[in-house]
Amino acid sequence: MTRNSIVFDNVSYNFGKKEIFKNLSFEVPAGQTVGIMGPSGTGKTTLLRLMGGQIQPDTGTVFVEGKDLKKIKRTELFELRKCLGMLFQSGALFSDLTVFENVAFPLKEHTRLNGEMIRYLVLIKLNSVGLRGAAHLFPRELSGGMQRRVALARAMALDPKLIMYDEPFTGLDPIALGVISNLIKDVGSVYECTNVIVSHDIEETARISNLLYVLSEGEIIGQGSPQDLKKDDSPRLRQFLNGLPDGPVPFHYPAPEYMDSLIGVKNTKRTIIKRDD
Amino acid sequence: MFVHALKQIGRFSFEILSSMGRALRLLSSALIRRPDHRNIPLIIGQVYQLGVLSILIIVCSGFAIGAVLALQGYTQLVRVGSESALGLGVALVLVMEIGPVVSALLFAGRAGSAVTAEIGLMKATEQLASMEMIGVDPIARIIAPRFWGGFIVLPLLALMFSVVGVWAGSLVAVDWLGVYSGSFWSVMEQGVDFFDHVMKGIIKSIVFGFVVIWISLYQGYDSLPTSEGLSTATTNTVVFSSVWILVLDFFLTLMMFEL
Repeated sequence: MTRNSIVFDNVSYNFGKKEIFKNLSFEVPAGQTVGIMGPSGTGKTTLLRLMGGQIQPDTGTVFVEGKDLKKIKRTELFELRKCLGMLFQSGALFSDLTVFENVAFPLKEHTRLNGEMIRYLVLIKLNSVGLRGAAHLFPRELSGGMQRRVALARAMALDPKLIMYDEPFTGLDPIALGVISNLIKDVGSVYECTNVIVSHDIEETARISNLLYVLSEGEIIGQGSPQDLKKDDSPRLRQFLNGLPDGPVPFHYPAPEYMDSLIGVKNTKRTIIKRDD
Repeated sequence: MFVHALKQIGRFSFEILSSMGRALRLLSSALIRRPDHRNIPLIIGQVYQLGVLSILIIVCSGFAIGAVLALQGYTQLVRVGSESALGLGVALVLVMEIGPVVSALLFAGRAGSAVTAEIGLMKATEQLASMEMIGVDPIARIIAPRFWGGFIVLPLLALMFSVVGVWAGSLVAVDWLGVYSGSFWSVMEQGVDFFDHVMKGIIKSIVFGFVVIWISLYQGYDSLPTSEGLSTATTNTVVFSSVWILVLDFFLTLMMFEL
């Protein structure tokens, strides 16, 4: 029987009055690379925050490595996070630490390795993302793409069982993109690490994932292997995968009628332009 | 109209209560997760950041205020021929009142606002969230060392303020205005009691240190992750700290003199 790293069981989550997820259920099998795709604002980053226990669902249960995130104590949650890695969309590097110190941070906090061993490990991780030569620099001295590569090295520092990537391919040049996507793939296959990739990059995510989920309006509109999704002719899925502006998946954030907003005649909560006359 | 006003009052009251709840929760978390031996260097780092780097402003202000007190006191006391009590007056005012209060106000402006800005920025740039995801509790790693560091340094800064103030007072009174050195120091020595006067000043600065660093940490940790949110939080730290220092000073003085 396949072991699951992550299980979402009937998860609902609201942000203020906006419903983000409604009875969402899916699994992430252990040791697989799973891509989660969907239009902007569909809650992909929120999904990762639920997986990391940073926020709790309103209803339903999230299991990570067999643990119910709602029931475990705070200390247990921090213990669990030692075997998780997360790449933030912004990189989220510690701005007062150098690149080397950023990658060494989890090793220093959670292992009893001596300084020399930590140095080896950090240099190995930095070399894998092509930034060994930038070890002495501060994050502010790096470009956005380079910061994300350092953040990736930091996420992999403890060789975690599960790594979550929030838009790992954004801001990378074509060479870095190829190297990083292969690195993510290798981490999954060589170390049997579970990868969860949240991305807009359909082509790259599909290339390295074993399983894909497509989210829209708080629910899963397509799932399966990249080959299965290519064959799926559901209109919502086709619209997203083919990048079509018109279709069942709305491009616009919920708003009053366009003309009503422009001329300001309807009683809308936030009318963008009101007529002076 | 009336219902709307009532709604606003209700919302405002709820906001205040909820904010107080969050502040208490942060404080209790910081107290529970008092740093262990591994975090001692972090506290020492904060003592440097919050204390040592505040010394210059404390020394300069203490010197200026001590000198002004001596000048003002001399002009009044010399009229009744009591300038020999000048040292005592300067010392008592500094140790019991101005030292703790002004050093706390300066501490809120220099160190408190810096703590709020630092933590607020860490929150806005997801550094606190990434620390959590690495399995390191930001309350233990970031909040608690700053809390203990701030709590420790303010009484020391207040004492330094008073010592420098008394020294500046002696420079003005003895070396400049010609007050007899023997009477300046001996009346001060006879009149200032450690437990009756100095200790009361220390207790005040301990309370002020606790309140200022708590407000600073809470404002940073609870700030909105935007530039406006950060600016509001930093302003709130200075404003709330200053008001609380002055209000608490009144009540502490009332209690200490058993009025």
